[in-house]
Amino acid sequence: MDDLSAEPPSSQTEKSAASSSPEEFVDLTNNLESAESKVEAEISSPEPSDDFFDILGSETQKVEVEASVKADSGEVSIGVTDLPGGKTGSEQGTSSAAPIINLNADFSDNNQQPSRVENKTNDPLAQVLSDTPAADPKKPSSAVLDLFEDDGSDIFTGTPQTKPASQPQKGLFGEPDEDLFGEPLGAMSKKTTENEVKSSTTKAAGPASSTGGAQQDRKSTEPADIFTEEAVTTVPRTSNTSTVNSKANGVHSEEDLFTEATVELSLDSPRSGRKKEETSKPSASSSSSSLSAPAKQAKQPPAALEELEDEEEAEKEDQFDVFISVKDPEKVGESLLPGYFFFFFNSQTSLPMFRNKLMTVRRRFSDFLGLYEKLSEKHGPNGLIVPPPPEKSILGMTKVKVGKEDSSSADFLERRRGALERYLQRVVNHPMLLQDPDVREFLEKEELPRAVSTQALSGAGFLKMINKATDAVNKMTIKMNESDAWFEEKLQEVESADQHFRKLHALVESLVVHRKELSLNTANFAKSAAMLGSAEDNTALSRALSQLAEVEDKIEQLHQDQAANDTFSFAELIADYIRLLGAVRGSFDHRIKAWQRWQDGQAMLQKKRETEAKLLWANKPDKLQQAKDEIVEWEAKVTQFERDFERVSATVRKEVIRFEKQRTNNFRRQITKYLESLLQSQQQLIKYWEAFLPEAKAIA
Amino acid sequence: MSSFDDNNKERLRSVSVDLNNDASLLIDIPDALCERDKVKFTVHTKTTLSSFQKPEFSVPRQHEDFIWLHDTLVETEDYAGLIIPPAPPKPDFESPREKMHKLGEGEATMTKEEYTKMKQELEAEYLAVFKKTVQVHEVFLQRLSSHPILSKDRNFQIFLEYDQDLSVRRKNAKEMFGGFFKNMVKSADEVLIAGVKEVDDFFEQEKTFLLDYFSKIKDATAKAEKMTRSHKNIADDYIRLSATLNSLSAEESTANKKTLDHISDLFEKLRKVEGRVASDEELKLTELLRYYMRDIQAAKDLLYRRARALADYENSNKALDKARLKGKDVSQAEEHQQRCLQKFDNLSESGKKELTNFKARRVVAFRKNLVEMAELEVKHAKNNMTLLQGCIELLSSN
Repeated sequence: MDDLSAEPPSSQTEKSAASSSPEEFVDLTNNLESAESKVEAEISSPEPSDDFFDILGSETQKVEVEASVKADSGEVSIGVTDLPGGKTGSEQGTSSAAPIINLNADFSDNNQQPSRVENKTNDPLAQVLSDTPAADPKKPSSAVLDLFEDDGSDIFTGTPQTKPASQPQKGLFGEPDEDLFGEPLGAMSKKTTENEVKSSTTKAAGPASSTGGAQQDRKSTEPADIFTEEAVTTVPRTSNTSTVNSKANGVHSEEDLFTEATVELSLDSPRSGRKKEETSKPSASSSSSSLSAPAKQAKQPPAALEELEDEEEAEKEDQFDVFISVKDPEKVGESLLPGYFFFFFNSQTSLPMFRNKLMTVRRRFSDFLGLYEKLSEKHGPNGLIVPPPPEKSILGMTKVKVGKEDSSSADFLERRRGALERYLQRVVNHPMLLQDPDVREFLEKEELPRAVSTQALSGAGFLKMINKATDAVNKMTIKMNESDAWFEEKLQEVESADQHFRKLHALVESLVVHRKELSLNTANFAKSAAMLGSAEDNTALSRALSQLAEVEDKIEQLHQDQAANDTFSFAELIADYIRLLGAVRGSFDHRIKAWQRWQDGQAMLQKKRETEAKLLWANKPDKLQQAKDEIVEWEAKVTQFERDFERVSATVRKEVIRFEKQRTNNFRRQITKYLESLLQSQQQLIKYWEAFLPEAKAIA
Repeated sequence: MSSFDDNNKERLRSVSVDLNNDASLLIDIPDALCERDKVKFTVHTKTTLSSFQKPEFSVPRQHEDFIWLHDTLVETEDYAGLIIPPAPPKPDFESPREKMHKLGEGEATMTKEEYTKMKQELEAEYLAVFKKTVQVHEVFLQRLSSHPILSKDRNFQIFLEYDQDLSVRRKNAKEMFGGFFKNMVKSADEVLIAGVKEVDDFFEQEKTFLLDYFSKIKDATAKAEKMTRSHKNIADDYIRLSATLNSLSAEESTANKKTLDHISDLFEKLRKVEGRVASDEELKLTELLRYYMRDIQAAKDLLYRRARALADYENSNKALDKARLKGKDVSQAEEHQQRCLQKFDNLSESGKKELTNFKARRVVAFRKNLVEMAELEVKHAKNNMTLLQGCIELLSSN
């Protein structure tokens, strides 16, 4: 996909991509093991894949258009164009193909009507689906049920087999979708031919094309309208009708898990639920039974659409790529096991790859650390900046465990809660990390296997790790003569920023201390003023003094709240950045490691060549062949290493740019929040003193 | 530095509202020089009174001269029934000096900008202390000049008029010890005469009131001081924050630079307002409390002197009884008893007047200061609000 998007999809690239995809394809279907041999044959035949590629091709084309149209969606366009290397490219290409195949395979398998499927595979997928139910109203519904079930469990539990399948989905419905349906859509859909509209609808707005042959005309025009209008309300309506259709159908045909699923959905998103009810009557009457299957297929697309809306809203608000928001993690004060705290958290999402829109799970702190461990192991070497979790604090935790009702321990817990929330938010905001099955498992699974290995990872260990990494960086930077000035500059920037942020953090901490002191002193003065007021024999003055005491009392509370704000919105913000900067440095480190590997490989190759030369000189043909083989082997390795290095470099670069962009936005947002808290306390202050003023004036 | 002038003038009026109400004797200290530990005040007087040789003159005076004037007034028997305005406290430049020293030590750990700002802040603080010192000395003289009896005092007039160095003898060790001893005696005496039965309800009430009030106001003063200092600390924190944010933004190349610049700017402005909050609270609240704490001490002294006179009178009564019993020195004892009674009555009469005055003065001063403080707090909070709003708008606009 990236290959395609990098250049205009010429026939050549198409071909190469097409030729590579069937292979992957077969693999997948094999893995899925449910696919029948017939289907397999079907799939491996060139026709479907071509067809397939039409869709894909047009899609990528669109993405490209998108990228050029939407100048400011820098991230996505970078993401598409930047990803280098054949490997990643092919992976992505296959992955985008996979979901549809997956659906197909499942479908055909369950349906047990391969002949039908055969026919259909030539057509766009959605049409296939729409036709089948028409012929056999009962079976399809069950098939759909199965499809849904299989699909769901397979994809969402994230077993290794289905991993690629679920990833592509994201690819399909995630970024590109967003972009497709973002601003440029109107312009784009105007440009596009009917064919393109179809393909776009099959991907995201399944319902449209899925309505079947009879309604095809109407539908194909309608989506165009919708998209050109770009109205938020129209889009959900279509999507909702389709869901409702499916719902009605489910009710008619049978009880079904599917209906349950729908109910779940509607429960969780009251807004769409309401809309559904509103639209249920007309849509039910208008819908034919043939709609059921497409509707089912559309089940995910509408969610995607909704999600897009949400996202767009969120983006308007936040300027932030929020895919999931982790909300209201509640800490549970009492420890269930002696000495442990559980953090409940909700994740609200409308991403199709999650089963529920609202997920609530219970996690221990060490689980959070465990997640980080897994992620950094997996993605760190590739140059991703894996958001770091808050450090384990033995001191803080012990304090919490010992003195339960201490204010400082409440403070500590609140800090940790906030830090975890932000940490997780960062993880899910990362488009790549969100794809990780471990992340999904973390968000969704009820019970997580206890992360034993991370148990040992204490704050000290964590620090040691960072220090080690830093040392390694320092050592290696001396060796590495940086070829890319950009990295050098960035590393320096990161290091100086780190230093300054550390200083800033200390300052804010001292501000907090002083603010608390002020609060305490104000409270003391309030008491003294009250006493003075009681001693005063002039009635009016006495009254005024006790009023003053009251005002100071309130102000004390204000200062206290402000101190909390200083801590939570300012100091923690900075602490986050210190951690993140550490992670950035870690990614630089990984890049240098990759470079080192490459250099070592080159040195090795050089050595082998020398050996060969020596052997040649010594005229030893028996060993010569072996040496030649080795050279070939190492040449390949070096190429691989170089490619790896370039890939890591590109990823790091992309990640740093992403990090900076996010940091800018996030910092501004957070700091605005903090300033607002300051503003609020000043407003309160005005109120208090203004109320006191007449009292002071009343002294006679 | 005009801000300090403004503040101080306001404070001056507030602490001594009823001072200088007639133009016959106007005193101010337009200038002062600080030489090492000594502060030389220029006391400027403008008068229409015939007891002075010239209508307008200036003399140089030191802090010790003020103390001398105060002590002579206290020791004058005739003024026993008056509340002698409390002596100005000794100039204290220790704390800003110490801070300056600390700043010098910590120079290496700070950025240049931060250091400059902190230094400026300290200089401002030093100047504020200096001005405050001048003010308290001025207020002392003005209290005297506005008092109907004390303004006629000969020593006071000499203090104002004599254009040479007064060169009052500094207290030697013996006198210092004597003063200490006297205080001891006085304290012991206070305990002794506490047993004397009060004859006048007014004084009885005043006594309990003042004792109670004194302990409360002393407490409140200490707390207010701490509170003000905390405000100051926060202002100092803002300075450092601003400087650090500034240096952070200097090395930032991304869009974050603007944000950091704005915040750095904001904190720089906020710290000025916060500094003003601190200094205004100091002037309006802490100084008020501190001054009245000393004034109440003076009033308590008056009560002590009266109680002493009462005790003397009781004793003279007893002596008279004894003399009558013995038939010896009756007339002498009678005379003494009469003298004591007269003195006591005089004391009581003027004391009553003084205390009533004192009460009125206190209420007015408190009213004025509290109103002004509330107004200033509102003003500063509004300033802060505008600054914050402006910054939030700036941040959200880009």
